[in-house]
Amino acid sequence: MHELAICQSLVDRVEDIALERNAESVALIVIAVGPLSGVEASLLKNAYPMASVGTVAENAELVIQNLPIRVRCTQCGSESEAKPNKLTCKQCDDWRTEMISGDEMMLMSVELEGADQMKSQTLQ
Amino acid sequence: MCDTCGCNVTHGNEGLIRPGGKLHKTDSGKEAVTVLHSLLHENDHTASHNREHFDQHNVLAINLMSSPGAGKTALLEATIQQLGEDKKIAVIEGDLETENDAERIRKHGVKAIQIATGSACHLDAHMIHQALHELDLSEYDVVFIENVGNLVCPASFDLGQHLNVTLLSVPEGDDKPAKYPVMFRTSDLVLISKSDLLPVLDDFKPERAKGYLRDIASTAPVMQLSSKDKSGMLQWMDWVSEQIAARKTYLEKHPVAAGHHHHHDHDHEAVRT
Repeated sequence: MHELAICQSLVDRVEDIALERNAESVALIVIAVGPLSGVEASLLKNAYPMASVGTVAENAELVIQNLPIRVRCTQCGSESEAKPNKLTCKQCDDWRTEMISGDEMMLMSVELEGADQMKSQTLQ
Repeated sequence: MCDTCGCNVTHGNEGLIRPGGKLHKTDSGKEAVTVLHSLLHENDHTASHNREHFDQHNVLAINLMSSPGAGKTALLEATIQQLGEDKKIAVIEGDLETENDAERIRKHGVKAIQIATGSACHLDAHMIHQALHELDLSEYDVVFIENVGNLVCPASFDLGQHLNVTLLSVPEGDDKPAKYPVMFRTSDLVLISKSDLLPVLDDFKPERAKGYLRDIASTAPVMQLSSKDKSGMLQWMDWVSEQIAARKTYLEKHPVAAGHHHHHDHDHEAVRT
């Protein structure tokens, strides 16, 4: 159950962002995960209340976008959707493909309430 | 991974995931902040830091992963016996509760740092960072990290290693790459271990295991070996020696900036030597 560890990492990051912008609370967190990220979306959802209790992100809604797996064939160049354990090219059946998407686990955005509008506009 | 901020936005997936601007107001007046960072941002940062440590000392770091009982420790023991005179080896051991594995390694006169992970199912970059405080890297050519026996969780955590080696033991069955694609996709080398059992467990077909590996677009080489009868060990040790040499050559061409300093403001409770 490494999802709890990942969820704690997510909450830490969201707390930092909320703190940077003097937000009172976090309303919404959007993350994106691909099937080959190694993260199970449902387990992440279950772990979230535990990881966020007592933090500024405690009552935030967690939205998980599921990304598709897409590969590009290094032989024929075509792009196709693929399954987690079948990443071969749909066009020419060659196995030498590159993943375009499907292994991401990303914090996409957060929505803050009562944030300080005078803060800088970037987050690097 | 993108070069500017370390997120996983690539040219390929950008259209799928990147929304409008970096900051905008929602209809309800809340402030939306676009982040685009890996969920393991902090871990990945520490992992890069660990990798810098290894690189500063010309040390190759190899992360060994497999299910429990696939023979990681036995492989390390056999490797130490045969490669130990030629290469200076250290081992970082991840184990749930015991020091058994580390003690097995130490019996061969090799330094082994035990990370007691408690109930954790994987090693993470912070644990490795703490273990590195116990190691004088200038004394070694290669550090093996024996991850927690688990084909799921360790795959998601970069430790700062240079290479991932995954063991697939013959009793487990040859379809493991199809069942655990995330793990096997991260592998730079797959070792079919306990190959001395192939004559008895003849439903394991190495070619079929390789086929499943190609199905997940893995280009990793596949080797068969047995730590027990020592068959295939030479090929594995040649590979390790080649990788050590390749890393040294790479670092000669791309030297790491020196002068890194450490803040020892954290405890080292999880680490025992």
